[in-house]
Amino acid sequence: MSPTMTLDRRDFLRVTALAGGGFMIATYLEPLDIFAQGRGNAAPLDPNAFVSIDANGIVTITAKNPEIGQGVKIMLPMLIAEELDADWKDVRIVQGDLNPAKYGNQSAGGSTATPNNWIPMRQMGGAARHMLITAAAEQWGVPASEITTMPGRVVHASSNRSAGYGQFAAAAARMTPPALASVVMKDPKTYRFIGKPMPGVDNHKIVTGQPLFGSDIKLPGMLHGIYQRCPVIGGKAISANLEAIKALPGIRHAFIIPDSVGGGSMSGVAIVADSWWYAENARKQLKVVWDEGKTAADSTVGFATKAAAMAPMAPQSTTRADGDVDAALAGAAKTIEAAYAYPFLAHAPMEPPNATAVFANDKLEMWAGTQQPGGVVNTIAAALAITPADITVHLPRMGGSFGRRLYNDYVIETAVIAKTIGVPVQIRWSREDEMKQEVFRPAGYHHLKGGLDASGSLVAWRNHFISFSNEAPPPAAGAPAQQGPAVRPAPSSTLGATEFPARFVPNFATHASMMPLGVTTGAHRAPGACSLSFVMQSFLDELAHAAGKDPVQFRLDLLARTPIALPQQGGGAGGGGRAFSAESMAGVLKLVAEKSGWGTRTLPKGTAMGVAFHFSHQGHFAEVAEVSVDANKRIKVNKVWVAGDIGRHIINPLNAESQVHSAVIDGLSQLMLEITVDGGKVVQSNFDTYPVLRMRQAPPVIETHWLISDNNPTGLGEPALPPIIPAVTNAIFSATGTRVRSLPLTKHGFSWR
Amino acid sequence: MLTTFTLNGKSTTVDAPTDMPLLWVLRDVLNFTGAKYGCGTGQCGACTVHLRGRAVRSCQTPLANVAGAAVVTIEGLSPDGSHPLQKAWEKLDVPECGYCQAGQIMAAAALLSTRPKPTDAEIDAAMNTNLCRCGTYIRIRQGIHEAVRTESK
Repeated sequence: MSPTMTLDRRDFLRVTALAGGGFMIATYLEPLDIFAQGRGNAAPLDPNAFVSIDANGIVTITAKNPEIGQGVKIMLPMLIAEELDADWKDVRIVQGDLNPAKYGNQSAGGSTATPNNWIPMRQMGGAARHMLITAAAEQWGVPASEITTMPGRVVHASSNRSAGYGQFAAAAARMTPPALASVVMKDPKTYRFIGKPMPGVDNHKIVTGQPLFGSDIKLPGMLHGIYQRCPVIGGKAISANLEAIKALPGIRHAFIIPDSVGGGSMSGVAIVADSWWYAENARKQLKVVWDEGKTAADSTVGFATKAAAMAPMAPQSTTRADGDVDAALAGAAKTIEAAYAYPFLAHAPMEPPNATAVFANDKLEMWAGTQQPGGVVNTIAAALAITPADITVHLPRMGGSFGRRLYNDYVIETAVIAKTIGVPVQIRWSREDEMKQEVFRPAGYHHLKGGLDASGSLVAWRNHFISFSNEAPPPAAGAPAQQGPAVRPAPSSTLGATEFPARFVPNFATHASMMPLGVTTGAHRAPGACSLSFVMQSFLDELAHAAGKDPVQFRLDLLARTPIALPQQGGGAGGGGRAFSAESMAGVLKLVAEKSGWGTRTLPKGTAMGVAFHFSHQGHFAEVAEVSVDANKRIKVNKVWVAGDIGRHIINPLNAESQVHSAVIDGLSQLMLEITVDGGKVVQSNFDTYPVLRMRQAPPVIETHWLISDNNPTGLGEPALPPIIPAVTNAIFSATGTRVRSLPLTKHGFSWR
Repeated sequence: MLTTFTLNGKSTTVDAPTDMPLLWVLRDVLNFTGAKYGCGTGQCGACTVHLRGRAVRSCQTPLANVAGAAVVTIEGLSPDGSHPLQKAWEKLDVPECGYCQAGQIMAAAALLSTRPKPTDAEIDAAMNTNLCRCGTYIRIRQGIHEAVRTESK
């Protein structure tokens, strides 16, 4: 992320007159910065960015980040409109194309859009308002300090004058832009958009079925295609019955893309046809000779056996060691030992990966739903032997993603296919492709031992974490990506040195080892946290029960301890921003306990409540689930209470509630799901074998409560997910006495009611 | 081979194989992209359209089955997005990513045509086969109740 941090430092504004008497305002990069990035010539100062106002007062705001359902397409423009003091009925929102020189970082991931843009987007709106005021002051011959604004208008109260923004737009284009840091922001008490429920920008198009998503793109003469990769992950296509395929109805092209293209690991067979259905039908006749490679030895059963064997062996690395764990465990009044495990998971967004591309005159134009558009251009340029400047990427709305579209394999293969055939083409993965060619949530195994003293206080904790991940660790800034097997857990499978209860237990050790494997792994929603929360919060629950203490009180007691200080740069998962706060976590825990009636409600036999909390992506969340388990081990989650601290403002409460519902339901889905591998091939293929949560299985009520803290707002796409998983498994323990130490729940005979 | 049917009130003739699923006839031949591909096996409901007034999975409906019949897609549910479900969906901000919502609305519309005031249990039974990975189920249920309320006013 370090290069984009520099690119995001945009202190310069440029203003340009629009034909017809409007103005546009944009940030631009200091040219020296661009040289420092090794990009050669300074980018032209193209101001068509962020906000423009025409002579009629119509305000056009560019939404720079791609929309995957996280609500960013309304949220970022709200920030600009707020400080601009715009009249919402005059606001038009357009999706920006990929252009980091104009917009800075355009990724969607890590719940980062809110914390990264909270200040700069508001400054942008505030700067535009400042220039309109300056223009009005000059024209009216009054001090700018006497001019105020009301929605969409500048006002000079003492002379009883006011005018719409459009009237001063042309004049504003001649004003000197203010330094961004000098822009005076509104008093939050006067906010008109921030904190108000704002429905999604595209709702009308969605409910009327208008083209909107990447797979809705239609180009003149466009063909449709599939791309068949090796069923064994990472295998290569050697040969195929291409002539027989080309003879099938509707088929225009069939060819192998060798492993040498696209930086390796994209080998497969492309079939391009008049309709996607022809291509998908032809696939049934496709016979490929594959080089399956080393991953053919991978199997879920083998991993489980090996993990259990590795657990007692010397760990490969130690990420934290406080006090003397051996001595503390030996001296403990009570010790608990447990092994926890969780499986690989697929993302299964409703819209499978797809991209549309046209290659002509050595230039590529693409429509690609991707969470990481900035990362793909150089790879495509290399694969196609063209320059990045010859690539245009449009960013259509995505039908979900949950981390899958951080990985651009489908975008790169579409670009290669488009160049090969020279006509517009849309490549769409089938659901089976999506499930079998995933970048899976890493599986993991944790061997834990905890010790309690005679008063039931947690005095010792050891965890040997075996990570089933194979991403290369992130390269140092400027260094090339590391090749070969990983030697420490991947970024999406990190057990950080500050992961709670680290720092709060005097004798504490975390060790990590790597499971050798060829299965591709990567970020899932709330990477790392989505699996760690289950382990940490379940084992804490075991310890609470062993100590004979209430699970909420046991956690509050831990949080009340004086922690070992954080390292200077410590930020926990989500990195670099707000760090774990015991005060905040105790706050959300107390809030959720109060709202759920924890410990005060009488529940029928077989029904119980479970609690858990987790800090990730700069958000503190505590959740309680009320769960009923019947005699046949069928589960119903009756109700979920969520309490979260994401800072000073809930920017869009309507979408905030949606994101919480979404995270909770996604987490509930994960309880019953697993991806297994046999002979290097993924066993699951569609929603029958990967049954994501359906309406009847979802809790009828999810209550959301906010703890408002004096911190800048942080993101919400992810941090409400991790606690729900252990909240449910802890409730299952209280309802049945069965401690769930591995997922999915189906392994233990549980099913949804 | 030519097949004629009524699409959103208009007589439509297509030249396509009769075993081609309606979903691909709509999307790739007629450029009606409202119905979505989600699983290709009739398990997710993203491709739901109305055939002879009933909700069907267009990915599992061969073109031959629609010859001479009336098909309504999300594009034709109302002339201008004024169906009570469409208005309720916008008002309650039901969509997150939005990809499944055309199918959700078409399934809900078919439900309301037979059960004008469905209970929660009836909604769950009718909508259970429509997946939403964003987990908008609670608002979908609220959206159906909201549409019933506005319709009965």
